[in-house]
Amino acid sequence: MTMGPVTSKSDEQVPSVEEATSTPPGVPAKAIEGRSLGQIAWTRLKRDKVALTGASVIVFLVLVAIFAPVINKFLGHPINEFHQDKINPSLGGIPEPGTWGGISKDFLLGVQPVTGRDMFSQIIYGARVSLLVALSATVVAVILGVVLGITAGYFGGFVDSAVSRLMDLILAFPYLLFSIALISVVPVTTAWRIGVVVGVISFFSWPYIGRIVRGQTLSLREREFVEAARSVGAGPTRILFRELLPNLVAPILVYSTLVIPTNIVFEASLSFLGVGVLPPTPSWGRLLSDAVNYYTYDPVYMFVPGLAIFIMVLAFNLFGDGLRDALDPKANR
Amino acid sequence: MINYILRRLVTAVALLVAVSAVTFLIFFAIPKAAGADPAQMYVGKSATPRDVEATRVKLGLDQPIYIQYGRFLKGIVAGRDYNNGPSVTHCSAPCFGYSFRTDREVWPLLIDRLPVTVSLALGAAVIWLLFGVAGGVISALRRGSIADRTAMIIALAGVSLPIYFTGLVAQQLFVHTWNIFEGGEYVNFKDDPAGWANKLFLAWVTLALLFAAQYTRLTRAQMLETMSEDYVRTARAKGLKERVVVGKHAMRSVLTPIVTIFGLDLGGLLGGAILTESVFSLPGIGRLSIDAVNVKDLPIILGVTLFGAFFIVIANLLVDLLYAVIDPRVRLS
Repeated sequence: MTMGPVTSKSDEQVPSVEEATSTPPGVPAKAIEGRSLGQIAWTRLKRDKVALTGASVIVFLVLVAIFAPVINKFLGHPINEFHQDKINPSLGGIPEPGTWGGISKDFLLGVQPVTGRDMFSQIIYGARVSLLVALSATVVAVILGVVLGITAGYFGGFVDSAVSRLMDLILAFPYLLFSIALISVVPVTTAWRIGVVVGVISFFSWPYIGRIVRGQTLSLREREFVEAARSVGAGPTRILFRELLPNLVAPILVYSTLVIPTNIVFEASLSFLGVGVLPPTPSWGRLLSDAVNYYTYDPVYMFVPGLAIFIMVLAFNLFGDGLRDALDPKANR
Repeated sequence: MINYILRRLVTAVALLVAVSAVTFLIFFAIPKAAGADPAQMYVGKSATPRDVEATRVKLGLDQPIYIQYGRFLKGIVAGRDYNNGPSVTHCSAPCFGYSFRTDREVWPLLIDRLPVTVSLALGAAVIWLLFGVAGGVISALRRGSIADRTAMIIALAGVSLPIYFTGLVAQQLFVHTWNIFEGGEYVNFKDDPAGWANKLFLAWVTLALLFAAQYTRLTRAQMLETMSEDYVRTARAKGLKERVVVGKHAMRSVLTPIVTIFGLDLGGLLGGAILTESVFSLPGIGRLSIDAVNVKDLPIILGVTLFGAFFIVIANLLVDLLYAVIDPRVRLS
């Protein structure tokens, strides 16, 4: 233990020794043989019921999003089919009062006021949009953040100042205001709008990953295994992505998981403010902004998309929290 | 210390100039590249080509973009004159130009809206700081208890709830169903203090819930870490009362990161709480910016973005300086 880690592999084993000494009853003693950080995290995660609940909800929502057309065929109605018989025009187009927003065996989550569209199909197709936007924005943000953060941290000097100043600059923008203004002046068609939304969200979320990666790289680059790699003639690309990157997987994973819920809310907020994905693409945020006009008479219409956002964001937060605890070498749970 | 302050001040000003340059470029170059003509946007669709041309010259939109930007910066620092042909309009510093739609000066518009946003942000800040920090401390001191678990669940739910959903639910329940608070227009504190608080209370609580949840989680984590420090054990060992150990010795280091986050959050909010103001129809800066975005009023968008960035940068600066006072190591690095 007094010897510094030489390769990235042995580095990962350090916490495993501490973990093994405090192995709780029930875990086989052979764990002492030394497990990788991934294995430890997995054992911890399996015991964390809250995180597992979050994970199962995420899996469920992802499956719903992927199979939305199939599910909708059995449980819903075509997404843009208007059911004028389900709403009462004399009441301003809301579903009959007392029917909980028009919820029935046929319309599991009620109907939309005025148009009479099936809310169930709006919600499951909305899950698609929400996940697609949030996940792609997170992927882009993580790639940008990791590449720029690791480069800045490793090379230091001019590269570091340039990247750090850029991150400072982006974080100095009032991002929500700037995003709505930016999206509203970029002239695009409906199909490209979703790309613009993804671009704007990732643009404002990469500095958070970038700062963390840079900080971690700063402390890692002084370690012996980096020096060892350099001494046997490894080039910067190899050191950055083969030596340093594997050691950064834990924080990157944790922060990516925690950026996803932020991005889901970000997308919903943009749609709520009318600058998210364009109709007819369904969006939970847009449903909520539409519900503003009806919520005093038809509160169910507000609760359905609101709860959808809440459940998805909560699931990612629960899982992200659990993952952070599981991957934290200091935690002794 | 003086050296440090000066350096930070220069960085802050440079950051603001950079934000203004990027914003100016985006909001005047993108519409132009897309074929929209700012001069046309200013005078409206029905104007004659001669009027459009006159406006273009008057606003300096016929000049290259860097000259336009230079004039814009000069306007903020020293004011600027617009040549109408027969007469000259003087716009005194800080001049952010004129609204495309209402022809009013942007700066007085911003100042008009500021009290609403300040009332909202400060009221909410008091609530979330009190409840967030207290909740976090109690949670940490009674780790694992029912109170702790409940607080953590509420906090996690709190960070996962989008404000436009909680805002709508709160209004539905407290304004429309139970009639505890009045809905309707915002009133000035000066005109009617009771009405002012009545209108703002729900917005305060809703906004505070979001932040209190984050502060509870942060405070709890920080407190748990601090309570295992050696100096806390020393304080206990020399026989200090637990109240003094927690309240005096531990709290000091717990509050340092809280102060940082608090400064940044407040700075972000003062530039306009877009979502909250939109849900509670408060005529603050956030509301002004959405209205401006909806009618593509470029000078207002530009002004609000800079105004927001100003608060963020100033908050950053203050936090950094405060840090330098608390922690001498910062000054030397």
